[in-house]
Amino acid sequence: MRLSHKTATLLVLIPLIVLAPIFFPSNFYYRVGSLIFINGLAVTGMVILIGYAGQISLGHAGFAGIGAYSCALMPVHWGIPPVAAAVLGAVISALLAWLVGRPILRLKGYYLAVATLGFGILVYMVLTNETWLTGGPDGMSVNDSGLRDMAEAVGIDLKNSQFWYWMCAIVLVIGVWLAMNLQDSPTGRALRAVHGSEVAARTVGVDVARYKLQAFVISAVYASVAGSMVALQNEFVTPDVAGYMHSIEWVTMTVLGGAGSVLGAIFGAAILTTLPQVLTAFAEYEQLLLGLIMMLVMIFMRDGLLPSIMRRIRGKDE
Amino acid sequence: MSELLQFLFSGLTVGAVYALVALGFTIIYNASDVVNFAQGEFVMLGGMLTVFAYAAGLPLILAAIVAIIVTAAVGVALNKLAIEPARGAPVVSLIIITIGASIFLRGVAQVLFGKQIHRFPSFSGDTPFRIGGATILPQSLWVIAGGLAVFYALYLFFTKTLTGKAVLATSNNRLAAQLVGINTNWVMTLSFALSAGIGALAGVLVTPITNTSYDVGIALALKGFAAAMLGGMGNPKGALVGGILLGIIEAMTAGYLSSQYKDAAAFVVILLVLFIMPQGLFGAKQTERV
Repeated sequence: MRLSHKTATLLVLIPLIVLAPIFFPSNFYYRVGSLIFINGLAVTGMVILIGYAGQISLGHAGFAGIGAYSCALMPVHWGIPPVAAAVLGAVISALLAWLVGRPILRLKGYYLAVATLGFGILVYMVLTNETWLTGGPDGMSVNDSGLRDMAEAVGIDLKNSQFWYWMCAIVLVIGVWLAMNLQDSPTGRALRAVHGSEVAARTVGVDVARYKLQAFVISAVYASVAGSMVALQNEFVTPDVAGYMHSIEWVTMTVLGGAGSVLGAIFGAAILTTLPQVLTAFAEYEQLLLGLIMMLVMIFMRDGLLPSIMRRIRGKDE
Repeated sequence: MSELLQFLFSGLTVGAVYALVALGFTIIYNASDVVNFAQGEFVMLGGMLTVFAYAAGLPLILAAIVAIIVTAAVGVALNKLAIEPARGAPVVSLIIITIGASIFLRGVAQVLFGKQIHRFPSFSGDTPFRIGGATILPQSLWVIAGGLAVFYALYLFFTKTLTGKAVLATSNNRLAAQLVGINTNWVMTLSFALSAGIGALAGVLVTPITNTSYDVGIALALKGFAAAMLGGMGNPKGALVGGILLGIIEAMTAGYLSSQYKDAAAFVVILLVLFIMPQGLFGAKQTERV
């Protein structure tokens, strides 16, 4: 029997998430796990943008910033519960992505890269400089989402880090499931056609601009939700969540793991989230090693880590 | 009026540095279609190596020359060890490789030179000149003159010398260039050496004004990249104009509007320019071949 791509991905992902805690020696590992899932969610969005539609963005952390600060600001100013604020933040991100995306996505390659980079930096600067609203570079605290209390009320009593591990895992799995559905839908096929050749796609009647915009908006929502999760978990936000290094990190995770597949990208997220934790043992050599690993993987495994490893395994079978 | 002049001076100084970084981007992009995000690290290395060669007792001018040569060698190594082996890889992978290289170089600098801020003295003192009520540092003149000199030298190189024409031919069509007997690998090596050397020169010129530390490269690479895109990628004239324009826009915003938003202003202008002219100011209109 041949499993569909979607089922196979979920069959790999879910058991890994469920079984991993068996090997966790301390609560700190739950924390790293939830970080992996949050980054995983953002890069799942990046796969839709980079892997499916073939567009690049160096500014998606901007949307994460909007998601995060929605959770921080809306409860204080409008009395909206933090979780609802996350949803509203995603809506705002989608609207903004739609507005910005229309002119930006006419650009190609490096021009698109610098335009999205500019967008991300603008969001970051507003969050940093509008101190009266956002608390400036020092950040601001986020009201308790009450999710853990709710879980406790129904009998699930977990430590904070454990609770967020499972919370982020659930959101990630839903995100991945939606992305996989999208891949198999007519929209997904149209996006891949756009990726293959915009001219060819246009020739067979694909509305290229519309589908590129769709991919951009959807990936922005993923980034926004990821940002909200960071805010809700930490109960604190700083403008760093929107910093361009995060945007670059997400693109790197996606490409390093394998931009063509959701699982590959999440693998990339797992590696690049864990690596700095491992490398802290080498303290001052951390950056040096990180850069070296990025270069080596891209030189010797061009399609990304996971696809290259899979091919090697399959190659032995044949 | 004197205020405007003052802002113009500081804009020109910063702009000349951006222009040098953008020129570095342009040279490598033309030879290989790679946007080298480690360009900012070349600037950092130029400044850093000068600091340490100078501290080791070399005269300043000699220290600067050593720094430029060593950085050029680093550029060649980057090409040979990381870019050439990845020939034919997709653009995004090449972006990741150069980002990796920039993180790597930053990491090496951090280990070798430490995290503190370094500096060396100005070339010709710190007594500012007074022009029309505004002041300008002698070192600023060095930076601006350096930017213009490099641009003019590149212009001569690309239009008057056989080697320069070989580089242009390679950027136009790599295969055709190979067919007429141009050693395109050598052109690549030369381009990386040239680009790294120019970056290092920018670092040498500007360090007496801004000081340097292991992480100054990121911001410079972003601004230089933006300047190159503003002018139109691959066009040296675009890099020069884009860089200086970016510097002036920043200085004017910082002076008249808000110093906090000076980086934002630059990017707003870039977004506007790209919306109206998707190829940048001087970029050639490209038609996609099917």
